Amino acid sequence: MDLSLRWLNDYIDVSDISVKDLCAGLTLSGSKVEKYTEEGSEISNVVVAKILDVKPHSNSDHLVITQVDAGTGEPIQIVTGAPNIRENSIGAFVPAALDGSTLPGGVKIKKGKLRGEISNGMLCSLGELGLTAHDFPNAIEDGIFILDENELGQLVPGTDIRKAIGLDDVTVEFEITPNRPDCLSVIGLARETHATFDRPLKTKAPSFKGMGGSASDDLNVEIVNKDLCSRYMAAVVKNVKIQPSPLWMRERLRACGVRPINNLVDITNYVMLEYGHPMHAFDIRFIDGGSIKIRSAKEGEKITTLDGIERSLTSDMLVIADANKPVAVAGVMGGEYSGIMDDTVTVVFEAACFDGASVRTTAKALGMRTDASARFEKGLDPRMCEPALMRACELVELLGCGEVATGIIDCAAGQFTDRTAPFDAAWINKFLGTDIPESEMLRYLSLLDIRVENGVAHAPAYRSDIGCKNDIAEEVARLYGYNRIPQTIIRGVASGEFTPIQKFTRTISRAAISLGAYDICTFSFISPRSFDKILLPENSPLRRTVNITNPLGEDTSVMRTTLLPSMCEVLSRNYNNRNESAFLFEIGNEYLPGEGELPDEPARIIFGAYGKDADFYSIKGAAEKLLDICGITDVEYFPCNGEDDTFGEACAFHPGRCAVVAVGGVKLGIIGELHPQTAENYGIGTRVYAAKFNIPEMFAAHAEKTYKPLPKFPAMTRDLAVVCDDDIPVAALQKAIAEGVGKTLEMVKVFDVYRGSQIESGKKSVAFSISMRSHEGTLTDEQADSAIKKALKKLSDIGAKIRE
Amino acid sequence: MKEQLKQILENARKELESTVDSKTIEDLRVRYLGKKGELTAILKQMGQLSAEERPVVGQLANSVRTQIEDIIKQKSERIRTEQAALKLASEKIDVTLPGKDMAVGRAHPLNAVLEEVEEIFLGMGFDIVSGPEVETDHYCFEALNMPKSHPARDTQDTFYISDNVVLRTQTSSVQIRTMEIRKPPIRIISPGRVYRSDTVDATHSPLFHQIEGLVVDKGITLGDLYGTLDLLMKKLYGKDTQIRLRPHHFPYTEPSAEVDLMCFNCGGKGCPMCKNEGYVELLGAGMVHPDVLRRCGIDPEEYSGFAFGIGLERITMGRYGINDMRLLYENDMRFLGQF
Repeated sequence: MDLSLRWLNDYIDVSDISVKDLCAGLTLSGSKVEKYTEEGSEISNVVVAKILDVKPHSNSDHLVITQVDAGTGEPIQIVTGAPNIRENSIGAFVPAALDGSTLPGGVKIKKGKLRGEISNGMLCSLGELGLTAHDFPNAIEDGIFILDENELGQLVPGTDIRKAIGLDDVTVEFEITPNRPDCLSVIGLARETHATFDRPLKTKAPSFKGMGGSASDDLNVEIVNKDLCSRYMAAVVKNVKIQPSPLWMRERLRACGVRPINNLVDITNYVMLEYGHPMHAFDIRFIDGGSIKIRSAKEGEKITTLDGIERSLTSDMLVIADANKPVAVAGVMGGEYSGIMDDTVTVVFEAACFDGASVRTTAKALGMRTDASARFEKGLDPRMCEPALMRACELVELLGCGEVATGIIDCAAGQFTDRTAPFDAAWINKFLGTDIPESEMLRYLSLLDIRVENGVAHAPAYRSDIGCKNDIAEEVARLYGYNRIPQTIIRGVASGEFTPIQKFTRTISRAAISLGAYDICTFSFISPRSFDKILLPENSPLRRTVNITNPLGEDTSVMRTTLLPSMCEVLSRNYNNRNESAFLFEIGNEYLPGEGELPDEPARIIFGAYGKDADFYSIKGAAEKLLDICGITDVEYFPCNGEDDTFGEACAFHPGRCAVVAVGGVKLGIIGELHPQTAENYGIGTRVYAAKFNIPEMFAAHAEKTYKPLPKFPAMTRDLAVVCDDDIPVAALQKAIAEGVGKTLEMVKVFDVYRGSQIESGKKSVAFSISMRSHEGTLTDEQADSAIKKALKKLSDIGAKIRE
Repeated sequence: MKEQLKQILENARKELESTVDSKTIEDLRVRYLGKKGELTAILKQMGQLSAEERPVVGQLANSVRTQIEDIIKQKSERIRTEQAALKLASEKIDVTLPGKDMAVGRAHPLNAVLEEVEEIFLGMGFDIVSGPEVETDHYCFEALNMPKSHPARDTQDTFYISDNVVLRTQTSSVQIRTMEIRKPPIRIISPGRVYRSDTVDATHSPLFHQIEGLVVDKGITLGDLYGTLDLLMKKLYGKDTQIRLRPHHFPYTEPSAEVDLMCFNCGGKGCPMCKNEGYVELLGAGMVHPDVLRRCGIDPEEYSGFAFGIGLERITMGRYGINDMRLLYENDMRFLGQF
């Protein structure tokens, strides 16, 4: 809502309050000021000038040389090329931008020479002052703005042009919350100013004289759908004279951001801005049968609205219809022929009250939000129709632009009742944590026109937001001042704690950071094309997604069923930003549609890496350490052959460099090098590694850590190299050693894997360092040798022989 | 013999004097004091001496031995010190060369600030709960006093999954889910992702994070809300931090407030950073609407409560002076590495 301060001053005198203080005060009482702008603030040193002489320019056909009185004492010479300044312009008043002046758009005017003649500035057009012919209909747009003394009053050369033409208003932009449609009006904001600053309001009930007769002579109104229209009032204005509206009205409309059109249309806009209640004006010629019915639209019924678009209506929409057709979509927009035209003679003013929810649904369905619909949908009170209609008629008479029929039409669907709420001063203080005397509370409420009787607060008609005792507490609190309320600490003792899974997740995140990974945060929605990029087959269950029906774009249209594409994108971005290497992780949810209405949202951790230190074994090392820190032991890594996959995304990985991670047969995650095609699809020109784990499964697999005594007896170490077929996994060899050595085994470390000329082709040599320890005593060489012997036996069972 | 002893002492002193390494000292020690050394050789001749002379010479011999030992000791000490000093000098390096590039991980700024906020609230006795991001219209709107045609829905442009399922526009949905299963006293925060159909720019993102707070108990006041938020902001931003409450409207709280933070740059006077307002908008809050309580089976005559929703991006950007929200989601390591 843009408010003209000049208009506000019509209703409450705030001329002695600085704009800044006014804005601060209203902001803190609940009407938030976004900003304020001084009209014409870009204009400086532009003054009223009187043309004293006009002479042709000897070097130009289209330029003329003027001598003007700009109030500077001596006449000054200004050259202009405007076609409307000729000898007959002598005596006219015009705006003159003097040397060193500024104009809208940062234009600076300096003295100079035009074809050899000195020009001490510039005579200005409407456009150069940031105005249009809507603002000054008597002036032309393609020439110098000739100031009209009939309209502007007596003009004195040298007067600041902003003052002379009323371009010196201040516009304050408010952010009005949807519960206060009454504040989308000058009077509403005047009332708030009154309550905030406790100074008198100058409002009075509008009235008009009338020329006899009654609107009902020409018009018959019937509310058919009483659920959606609680009141319909109409007045008839005859013999209208369509003209530009007067300057004061145009100024106020302009300051509030509304373009002046003509007096009748301007009146409806003026009343809406002033009272907050939308008005509509019909040309009675187009109301067939002189009959207005407020009814539901027929399914498929057509109307061409004022904006020239034909719209198809549905039966849940409310229309204003004449005997044959809809003439307006109720509360949203009028029909094509319903508007005021140059030859309009008789006008019907409508002030009605329509159901907010219905207006909102209709406006949305038709895709046209208007100033009117935006107000109706917030819920207006039917009692506000009357002052709005009266004010419109009053303005017609004030402007002398028509004859108002004395009788008006008032159709109401039912009784209007006050909104009430309990008033209990003690409860309010208890609820706010304050100690405000009841008398002070009553004073605040009275400033807000809320009447308290027998413990019941009666809200004025325009306050459609009041309904419970909290509302009254809020009114008291905001006038008392939220910031005067003493700050207190919540009473009582409470202990807050993480749940075990929250604690566990935090452990995971800290472990990942300690491993050197950077924490990332990505969007939860991805492009469905991502699934192609990570090579998912057409029938992959991961392609079954939660879809956004109104996404911003395809790139963000489905909820991710895997974190992998987001990770790939971030790796790609870093790679393309020439970051040499990356090691990243994200903890986030995946969104998996299930049986219920809502999807599952399991949490995962994903790692991604590229660069000189990244290889399969570095990502595996990170996985091993992560699981260790999280208290997960006995972890197994299986080569991934598609079927063994945890998440159904093994296809994104290199088929020979990918492993499933499991504990006790439960799959926790997947690690590996990404498929070169995946990397290529993301524009990453190097090998990429990833690991992903299921957090709930990790949690289930973890154990709280307990202390194990440090060893008392020394360890015995034996090195062992075996030769076996290349395709026997090292894990199988380790398992054989473990079985052979038995419970004294402390650790098997692989320290070399060799393939090459020293051994048979198709074979590999693997060297182990085996450390053994007993907690009962120092192991003897014999014990160690015997254990190794057993290990060799087991190794030989699977085809691994000691290397000679 | 006395002369010999004196001579030995003199020789030893001279030779040790000119020694520069510990090996030579050891050689000299063996030569003078060893089993086959010169002093031992003299002592072996003691038997030839008279009974009167023996103790005198013996005493002298012991004194010579002690003196030589002392000299050796001092000399060795000096050499060790010198050698140590030499070694240290030879090991001098250029300390201005850069350190080794240690691989360190970093928390994302959003998560770092979130962790801090969580700690603060845990300390105030709040539990942390979470709720679904893909949410029913009921929990996201209806139960929060926003029926389908409510105009307040316009302030939260919603992503729809179906007519009845949305991406939650606010974490307030968790208020309802919490109150349905917990009974007062309730003190929770619920951080999480929320979604609004805003195109990405420096201050908007279709996905951002909120931290919802909810307290319900007997006698909870608006002053408690004010005090709690003031404490939070002082802990987050330092003890000179000041906030102000401004009346506002949310359908699910009454009274409602927006909370502004006094501009750090100008201390409330107004400057370009705070768009001349002296304050920057921080979060929304209010007293839980009695209808919302009632709907969750909590009697508003007996209990009252407050709720708030903090924008994590906003407080994170404020904390680090980040001026473009997009940086938080681009995850460029040159950005992430700064925190």
